Parts: sequence; structure tokens; C-alpha cells
Amino acid sequence: MEVCGTHTVAISKNGLRSLLPPNIRLISGPGCPVCVTPQAEIDASIELARRPGTIITTFGDMIRVPGTRTSLEKEKAEGSDVRVVYSPLDCLDIAKKEPGKEIVFIGVGFETTSPAIAGTVLKAKKEKVKNFSVIPAFKLIPPALKAITEAKDIKVDGFILPGHVSAIIGADAYSFLKIPGVIAGFEAEDILEAIGMIVKLIVARSRVPVQIQYRSVVRPEGNPAAIKVLYEVFEPSDSNWRGIGTIKGSGLVFRDKYREFDALKKFDVNIQNAKEPAGCSCGSILKGTKTPPECKLFGKKCTPEYPVGPCMVSSEGACSAYYKYGNN
Amino acid sequence: MAIIELSHGSGGNKARNIIKDIFISRFSNPILNILDDSACIEGDLAFTTDSFVVEPVFFPGGDIGKLSVCGTVNDLAMKGATPLYLSASFIIEEGFEMEALARIASSMAKTAKEAGVLIVTGDTKVVDRRGGLKPAPQIYITTAGIGKIPKGIDVSSKNASPGDAIVLSGTIADHGISIMNARNDFGFKGDLKSDCACLNGMVEAFLSKDVRVLRDPTRGGLAASLNEIAEASKVSIVIDEEKIPVLPQVKAACSLLGLDPLHVANEGKFVAFVRPSYKNKALKAIKSLRLGKNATIIGTAERSLSGVFIRTKVGSLRPLGMLEGEQLPRIC
Repeated sequence: MEVCGTHTVAISKNGLRSLLPPNIRLISGPGCPVCVTPQAEIDASIELARRPGTIITTFGDMIRVPGTRTSLEKEKAEGSDVRVVYSPLDCLDIAKKEPGKEIVFIGVGFETTSPAIAGTVLKAKKEKVKNFSVIPAFKLIPPALKAITEAKDIKVDGFILPGHVSAIIGADAYSFLKIPGVIAGFEAEDILEAIGMIVKLIVARSRVPVQIQYRSVVRPEGNPAAIKVLYEVFEPSDSNWRGIGTIKGSGLVFRDKYREFDALKKFDVNIQNAKEPAGCSCGSILKGTKTPPECKLFGKKCTPEYPVGPCMVSSEGACSAYYKYGNN
Repeated sequence: MAIIELSHGSGGNKARNIIKDIFISRFSNPILNILDDSACIEGDLAFTTDSFVVEPVFFPGGDIGKLSVCGTVNDLAMKGATPLYLSASFIIEEGFEMEALARIASSMAKTAKEAGVLIVTGDTKVVDRRGGLKPAPQIYITTAGIGKIPKGIDVSSKNASPGDAIVLSGTIADHGISIMNARNDFGFKGDLKSDCACLNGMVEAFLSKDVRVLRDPTRGGLAASLNEIAEASKVSIVIDEEKIPVLPQVKAACSLLGLDPLHVANEGKFVAFVRPSYKNKALKAIKSLRLGKNATIIGTAERSLSGVFIRTKVGSLRPLGMLEGEQLPRIC
């Protein structure tokens, strides 16, 4: 299983599946942050976007994800102020330029992005920026992998582990894994090398710790400075993943000291009746029990232009990658 | 109630549906329905129009004025026409700086002179400042152009034929990435500059009866242009990933932003489909010019497959589709 969405895209884009022998099957995992964000949090951001005086800031992919009834893109066309930012720090610039408005950032992402957002919160606190808050919808990768290896309906023989997340958390964070795992880079040859390493480990029935193919970037201990910032602001909590359900300790919530930055508490957003789109198989695809072409909506009712589920929207989503680059 | 969303303007199927359902169904006529970059009228005249809404107005490698002349000149050149006359219309929000307007006009004058065209008519409208999401007052420019198609030249997206060689005139994705960098202040340190340029000089250098298709891959990038050609000509296209020139700094920026250079806009490049017997001569003529020094043959038109395919650097063959539901800020 390739855990990370960027790997899924690289595999599809380079047609790697077509180069592999039939006894090696690559399964896409839960590593697309937009995809695993449950409907309630998407609905919450849309609900906040509708409130006058609010500016929603987000990374690009999120804007087109369909909520239960509408999307941020549609709300924007109707007049809501929704802005795509490339760095969470941009939110503080907007907050300072528009002191009369509330800036709400949709905090979606894994350990790759969450430290930068934690850093932004620290900066906001230091500079006493009061009109900035974050919807905390962050996810942690290791608890999700643990859940996958323990699930009865999912059969995975090895993991291609995410390169960028691992640069932050380090190879040691996967010490619980009982099946082979290799942290891979994102070029075609990196991924092929990682697959070769995994196959050797499987054949040798080896129980060695996680190996690093992406040696130029990933260290066993990760990036302790980033981890420190992350856990200064946030603490782990149980979290709901689309399709997979609640996984213990797999999300992040604000520590009490920083709770003034929690948009859900600040604005008392109460979302009820959040519903996953009918017929959408994103949940099964994120668990690896279905491939995108096995979804009955894939390429028919659900396309990148008229997406039903988030896996077709996000550039890292498995459905989008299969649709764009074909099943090879 | 259905309303226009930004993605309706992104050049994918949503945009194509608007053109088909709202416009073609009402404007339909044999000249329009060909849907090339320029309309062919009165036998040997090419006629086209384009609007420019780029933000920021001034960017490394050009500005909205230069872009508005190059864009229309290039639409004419892609029909094999010699561009002759342009119109220029300005919609300006109140508050726009007079000095900036003068700079834009100077840039248009300089670009028009270099391209050998005259701006012969125009219009100016000033509108309320819309405010909204854009903090600074905006300017929008529409240009239209007329050019003359030389005798014996028949260039069209529907003329590609199996066996044709595909020549790309230089590096891709420079414009789109430079605009994104300028707009968002990513602070990429490399030399990122729009490739914005008039292409008529280069086209004249190799235009002959052996040139079947010319296309400048603007919005939607090289991938969109090749798909449109494959569909219009009913051929398949196979290109070689390793042959496609991308500047290292552009490649690095693309990889950081998660973009595929094949889908990123260009404003000073073309692809030409030429008869196989003419390919070396065409390539030599293009490469002899400053703007064409990185030109290369990237692939061929074929009969056997259906659609556009790219041979990856690891040897696999994958389909190359159009970008749909674009996420990027508007870049042209």
C-alpha cells in the first residue's frame, strides 16, 4: 500500500502499475488529507463561510470538495469571501490588513503541514492577532496505519511510507509496524527502488525496522524542532476519518492554552445531519478495499469537474489520479 | 439556480460546455463552428479576439499590455496568417493609476511595432471599483486582430495526419509558474520569467505547405492543445516525456506546488505538426531564431491508439488528459 497521495499520483503519472509483475499489486491508502476529512468538518467550514464578516482561508484543494449540500466554491460564487492561501502565514497578513473581519483557516493536513500551522498560531499569539482562528481537522499518519494493519478486511503485505510526513516524524515513528515498510521519495525510480526493497523484505520474511529509501530527506529521528512546535500548540485526540471511522489518538486538538484559536469553539459551529454523498466509495478506496474504477460512480457521475466525493477533487486523491492518468 | 463559478473559465469541459450550450447553439454558423484560434473569412483573412485579465498587471517577462498584443498576434499566427491590424478595448476600474495605464500602452505600442501590426481602433470604458476580493483597482483589455493568410497555406487543428512530426518551439510552463510566483510572492529565487512573446516571426521562418497544424498552448498547457488537436484531427498522439524541455527552476517550482508542467500555461510557445519529410528543415529554421533555440521534436501523430499518450522516462505509456476543474488562480 502506498500510504501517501503524492505517491499515488506519481505511480499513476509514471504508469508504474503497468511495469510491475502481476503478483505485486499497489493499493492506494488513506494519505490524502482532503479525502479523509469527514463531511461534518467540511460542512462546518461552509457554514462559517456564510457568516458575514468572515474570510475563509484554505489550501486550494479544499475549495471544491462537496459538502452535504454545497461547496466552498459555490459559496464563493454566491458572494462568500473564500481565499486560497499557499502558506498559513498569509492568514496573519490578511488578519492584520482586515482587522474588522474574522479570518478562519481550514486546518487540514498531516504532520507535513500541521507544524507550519502550529507555528502560525504561535506567531498569532505572540503578535496578539485576535481575528484569526483555525478549524482543527488535522490527522496523524501512524495511528491510521496501525488501524489498517489491525483491520480484518484489509490485507496489506507492505507499506510504501510517505516521504514528507516521515521527514517530520522520522522513521522511528513506525516502530509498531509488523510488516515491511520503506519510506520512499517521489520520483519514479525512488518508488520502484522502494518496491524492490519491500519485496526483498517480504521474501526474506525479515522483521527489520522501517527502511529509508528517501535518504536525502528523512532521518530516523525526523525533525524534532517541528514536532516540538506541533505539540506545543496541539495534543492528540481521537479523530474521525472518512470511510475508516474513529481512530484512537489520530487527530489533533488545541491545547487549552491556545483554545482561543479554535474556530469551532470560537464561533459555536454546530453541524448536524452531515451526510456522505450517496453511492460514493471514497471510504472503501481510502481503506484500500476498493480501487477507484470499482466505484460505480467513477468516471460516470463523478468526474474532476463534477466531483461527488473528495477523492475525485483533491490532486492527491486516488480517484483523481486514476481518472487523470488511467489505471496503469 | 445555476451560476457561473471560476472553474467555468478554466478551459476544461465546464468551459467547453458553456461555449457549446450557451454560445454556439445561438451563434452557430459554418465559420464559427470550426472553432480554431482564428476564424477564416473572405477566403484569405484570419480574424480573432481575446480578453486579458491577468493579475498582477506587471509581471517578470511582461505585462497585461504586452500579453494582449502577443495573445491576439499569436492566435492569427497559429492560422498561418500574417498579422496586420489590431483593435484594443480597455475596461478600467476607477482608481487605476494613470502612470500604470501609460506604461501598459507603451508596452502595447512596442510589442505591436516588433510584431509588425498596427493598433487601428479601440474603446475605453471606466467602471465603478468593484472591490470585493481584489484589493487594487483592475484593468481588463480585449484585443481583436485581422491577418492575411498566404496563398497555399492551410493550417488548422483538424489537419494533423498520422506520421506527422510534432515540433515544440521551446521550454514549457514558464508563463504560468512566473505569474503564480509574482501573484503569491512565493519567493522562489530562480530566474522565473514569463515567456510572453509574439510568435509570428518564428512561424514565418518555417511556414510552408508542409505545416499542417500550429497551436500555442496557452490556458490548459501543452496537454490541452494536444488533446484538442487529437480530437479535431481524429488522430492519436504519442509524445516523449524526456524530450519536453522544462527549465530546472520551473520544474522545481512545479514539483513544490504539485503542478504538472504539461498543464501549465505558456504565452510564447507553439506546437507544429509537420509532414515527416519536412521535420528537420522546420526544426533547423526554428532553432536558428533566438526564441526557438530550445525547439525540439517531441513526438508523432499516430493512427493506432485513441487520444494523447506520453511515454514516461521509465518506459511506460500513459494517457495524457486535459486538465479538468482547474484549481490554479487565473493566469492569462
